[in-house]
Amino acid sequence: MDFVPVILTVITASTPLLFAATGELVTEKSGVLNLGVEGMMLVGAIAAFAVASTTGSGLAGIVAGAAAGTVMASVFAFLTLTMLANQVATGLALTIFGIGISALIGAGFVGFALEPLPKLAIPVISDIPVIGPILFGQDILVYLSFVMILAVAWFLSRTRPGLILKAVGESHDSAHALGYPVIAIRYAAVLFGGAMSGLAGAYLSLAYTPLWAENMTAGRGWIALALVVFATWRPGRVVLGAYMFGAITILQLHAQGWGIEIASQFMSMLPYLATILVLVLISRDKTKIRLNAPQCIGKVFHAAH
Amino acid sequence: MVRLESRGDVSRAWSLLSPVVAIVLTLISGVVIFSAMGKDPGLALYTYFVQPLTTAFGVTELLVKATPLVLIGIGLSIGFRANVWNIGAEGQFTIGAIVGGGIAIAFHDSDNFLLLPVVMIGGILGGMAWGAVPAFLKTRFNANEILTSLMLTYVAVLLLSYLVHGPWRDPDGYNFPESRLFPAAAMMPVLWEDSRLHLGAALAVLAVVGGWVILSRAVIGFQLRVVGQAPAAAKHAGFSQNKLIWFSLLLGGGLAGLAGVAEVAGTIGQLLPSISPGYGFTAIIVAFLGRLHPVGVLLAGLIMALSYIGGEVAQIEIGLPAAVTGLFQGILLFFLLGCDVLTHYRIRFGAPGRARGS
Repeated sequence: MDFVPVILTVITASTPLLFAATGELVTEKSGVLNLGVEGMMLVGAIAAFAVASTTGSGLAGIVAGAAAGTVMASVFAFLTLTMLANQVATGLALTIFGIGISALIGAGFVGFALEPLPKLAIPVISDIPVIGPILFGQDILVYLSFVMILAVAWFLSRTRPGLILKAVGESHDSAHALGYPVIAIRYAAVLFGGAMSGLAGAYLSLAYTPLWAENMTAGRGWIALALVVFATWRPGRVVLGAYMFGAITILQLHAQGWGIEIASQFMSMLPYLATILVLVLISRDKTKIRLNAPQCIGKVFHAAH
Repeated sequence: MVRLESRGDVSRAWSLLSPVVAIVLTLISGVVIFSAMGKDPGLALYTYFVQPLTTAFGVTELLVKATPLVLIGIGLSIGFRANVWNIGAEGQFTIGAIVGGGIAIAFHDSDNFLLLPVVMIGGILGGMAWGAVPAFLKTRFNANEILTSLMLTYVAVLLLSYLVHGPWRDPDGYNFPESRLFPAAAMMPVLWEDSRLHLGAALAVLAVVGGWVILSRAVIGFQLRVVGQAPAAAKHAGFSQNKLIWFSLLLGGGLAGLAGVAEVAGTIGQLLPSISPGYGFTAIIVAFLGRLHPVGVLLAGLIMALSYIGGEVAQIEIGLPAAVTGLFQGILLFFLLGCDVLTHYRIRFGAPGRARGS
């Protein structure tokens, strides 16, 4: 069996998860739980598709996707950080709103097809058998997804602003007492999360399946949320988790080719069932979760002075 | 400088006023959106929110749509009070429809009057079973119920798709992905002649009364309220968090399952690949808009049902896309959550430190 095409499809299935989980990781590290990933991804997907198909520029589509995700996140940030609204409820509202507005905008784009994002085939080395197409023949967003998670890992563990962001997530009261602008830092983290979710959506509508369909994220935003828990809030494990889930998603496409005779609906259930399974495996160790989860996650911060 | 100052207590007046303000703000947004889409905003709003109520058929359809929203909303609102976030009502609704519908299909040549009660009980138990999974995973393994209940929704919808495309497909149905029609004995009686208004609506009203009794008269309702409002006090009093999680998810799942079976055995009459326009998710808005109170949920269910009917009428009459309904629902919830800040805080102008003491 030729496994290079399989690995290539796994990469395309994993990239949106990696983007979305990277963004949510930073948001949660600052102590904010944004359940609106699915909604931000959908709006990112339609914005990227609409701009790319009207301008003909994939790059403009990518920028539009990130910008749309950021705008969505700013609504969430305003409601939860300035208006002190409940984060769980607001995140759900963001998803419901995102499904509605993306379907509304997308109604005019159903049935359009787009050239998928070009692969940046690097001359000579991308022709190396096996590792050539896998490592050097991807589109720009795949490389960007790895750049982002590496940058986030470096930012959180090696830079002063990164440490401050984590401190805000661990104890907003102490961080505030030390004079750090808790709300401003959280705004930045939430907006970054929105931009990453927007890119995740853009990848879906520009590269994974270059077209627009209502609800095309199909729960990937929620899976990304579960991935952050699975990764116990560590960047390295976010990559691992995203690729594991990408591989599970791809199973259904290849199962029939491998002679597995199961109804497609049961194969489609696999990513969701796997999400439940890993959540159970990780969460049952309460101490581990308590040690790794940002202590202030989901809590409203209201400075008395 | 504008800032928020804690009231120290919940403002009851604002708690009741905030949904009204949110609805008004949503309507104003509607004017802006319709204008931007090049539609006459006055006509669009009339078509959306008034025209459906001008005919008797429109009113009964409103009640048909409100039935699942109220049933599910009652269950969710009780759980939300104890911070049990059951987001998977759509899945519990679907499983309720599958189990109840499966019984109806299995006994398709029966005319026994006991068939309907069995179908309904099957639906309730199916919903409860689907709600029990997140409850078990939460209490036994500490797994987040938001994510597990939502993942199970996707599983339930895929299961329904498999059944109507495969084993339960109508043998005389020209290969359409639909089950056979339920027998008359499995169908809920119609309450209003020449309409689709069925027994489910009466059950929804019963659920409102039941929800009110649980919250205001039963010990567990008291515990739910305390856990939500003062978790430390609840812990001190020794209330079992696990018991409340189980109660919330079984009740929420059971009511969602009942809503699901009522939809297929009352409104639709067979199993289809898609049986819900997102009732399980809209019911989350219903619960919040109704202030997590049974009577409020009833009113909110009617309002959200109007948004569905209005969306359908507006689609036919002035060509608005169906997605406008979801957009309105999201905007309404945003405004509601924004306005809710005034139940806990008051807006102060000027430098901090003055006019404290509340």
